[in-house]
Amino acid sequence: MAERLTKAAARNIFFGGSIFFFVIFVALVAQSVNFASQNGGNISATATSGKRIWERHACFDCHTLFGEGARFAPELGNVWLRYGGDKDPASARDALIAWIKNQPTRVEGRHQMPHFDLSDQDLNDLVDFFQYTSTINTQNWPPKISG
Amino acid sequence: MKYQSQSVARLYFTGALTLFAAQIIFGLLGAFLYVVPTGLPDFMPFSVMRMIHTNALIVWLLMGFMGCTYFLLPEECETELHSVGLAKLQFWVFYAAALITVVGYLFGNYDGRSYLEQPIYIKVGIVLVALMFLYNCSLTLLKGRKTVISNILILGLWGVAVFFLFAFYNPANVILDKMFWWWVVHLWVEGVWELVMASILAFLMIKLTGVDREVVEKWLYVIIGLALFTGILGTGHHYYWIGTPGYWQWIGSIFSAFEILPFFAMVIFAFTMTYKRGRNHPNGAALLWSLGCAVISFFGAGVWGFLHTLAPINYYSHGTQITAAHGHLAFYGAYAMINLAMIVYAMPQLLGRKPYNQTLNMWSFWIITSGVTFMTFTLTFAGIVQTHLQRVMGMTYMDVQDQIGLFYIMRLGAGVVTAIGVILYIVSVLLPGREEEAAAVNVITD
Repeated sequence: MAERLTKAAARNIFFGGSIFFFVIFVALVAQSVNFASQNGGNISATATSGKRIWERHACFDCHTLFGEGARFAPELGNVWLRYGGDKDPASARDALIAWIKNQPTRVEGRHQMPHFDLSDQDLNDLVDFFQYTSTINTQNWPPKISG
Repeated sequence: MKYQSQSVARLYFTGALTLFAAQIIFGLLGAFLYVVPTGLPDFMPFSVMRMIHTNALIVWLLMGFMGCTYFLLPEECETELHSVGLAKLQFWVFYAAALITVVGYLFGNYDGRSYLEQPIYIKVGIVLVALMFLYNCSLTLLKGRKTVISNILILGLWGVAVFFLFAFYNPANVILDKMFWWWVVHLWVEGVWELVMASILAFLMIKLTGVDREVVEKWLYVIIGLALFTGILGTGHHYYWIGTPGYWQWIGSIFSAFEILPFFAMVIFAFTMTYKRGRNHPNGAALLWSLGCAVISFFGAGVWGFLHTLAPINYYSHGTQITAAHGHLAFYGAYAMINLAMIVYAMPQLLGRKPYNQTLNMWSFWIITSGVTFMTFTLTFAGIVQTHLQRVMGMTYMDVQDQIGLFYIMRLGAGVVTAIGVILYIVSVLLPGREEEAAAVNVITD
């Protein structure tokens, strides 16, 4: 370590620099909160309830949502679009609900999803949540519809 | 051991090692499900295995940090802890909460977000434990000598508690949810935890090499300065694709690219101090773990982090097994190894033995490190293939999984090797060596 740098100077650089960068970070986050309120603020009551189901059953401990979560199962941020929800919402909804209800498949070698006892209301709320996440601008991520 | 109250660290280290064992067991079960997906009963789905694996990791690391702090603080402050009784009570509350949480997970009692699945009353309990801990440590610091190491350590631990409070903020807007979830996760492991890690490493370097405190403390400021200057705005690398503005791709890429610097500085620091050392400390295993910690965290956190941190690359690799590869080597190198180093250093003193079972312990170092490193390689290769097939070719998730099954088998094998190493580590630390079974020996005080 160079003799020029005294301990007091190193300390001042550490505290001054850390505060400086943290202030910039907070300012940018504040701006992003504003942006996010537009981008993701249109969440309905049923989609909010769907998000709670997502959390209550720890879906993220197998799936990813916008790439975050575990990697044992497919990305679900865009699953609504993958099921063609933008073109035929009724069929996509039915297909997603049927899929969830039919788990686990017990096919050997295929990752298994547990069976969740969800009411029809819960299932529809969950699908509403996926429909909501598909409307969020994620800078064109993921690169392919496959997630 | 110079101060009587340091002995409370023994509880924390022993508790941490039991949770470490739980982490490995549930990690193995999760890895097993990647290979044989129908191989476990229905109440043990992958989600619960992962939840216990990650939560046990976080809790044993925190418990270890607390043990390190209770061991280190009296020596640094040159005074007894404020209250040993409170420290013991705090341990049992924390340990009981951890056990209740783990057992509860097996019965479906979880709710929240990734790593924060604890039911709300457990989260409140964690805050109470943190307050007991910080109260005890802060009062100890205030009445004693204030060194740079103890100041930075306590600053980092306060940061851990403050940022945990964002675990209670969970808005319906999924973008805001994710943004502030990272205030816990990223600002912990790429922020304040680095303060804790660097100060423990600095303490070990002073003890093991005898290098002058002035030199070590200057290094410490440089390391943690680099950590926070890069790490705070480096949070941007989590804000690329979650619905946040596009400028984070620039900020995240630029700042997080330099997150390798504090880890590089730690390697230079640890080896320079060792090279300059004025004495050969009898606890060679502790020095091995300390140097290993610097090196593996440089590769795991630094190099493997850099590998996929630039936005144009992360666009393709985000949320694949590459992330998992980085996570495993980084957590092991930076935070598991610093705890294991401190435990190896402190336990002989806490148990009143010579540095013992050194050969066995060094074997455990090489076996665990090889296991985790190989695991990282297999996950990296799995991730590269997955990225190409899924993100470039557009194959579906399960079709891709079928293509990378071989890597998961090798990962499970690496996990078994790691588990063997962990057993050897625990045996070497907790059980007396052969030559010492007959008679108790003089305590090495330094």
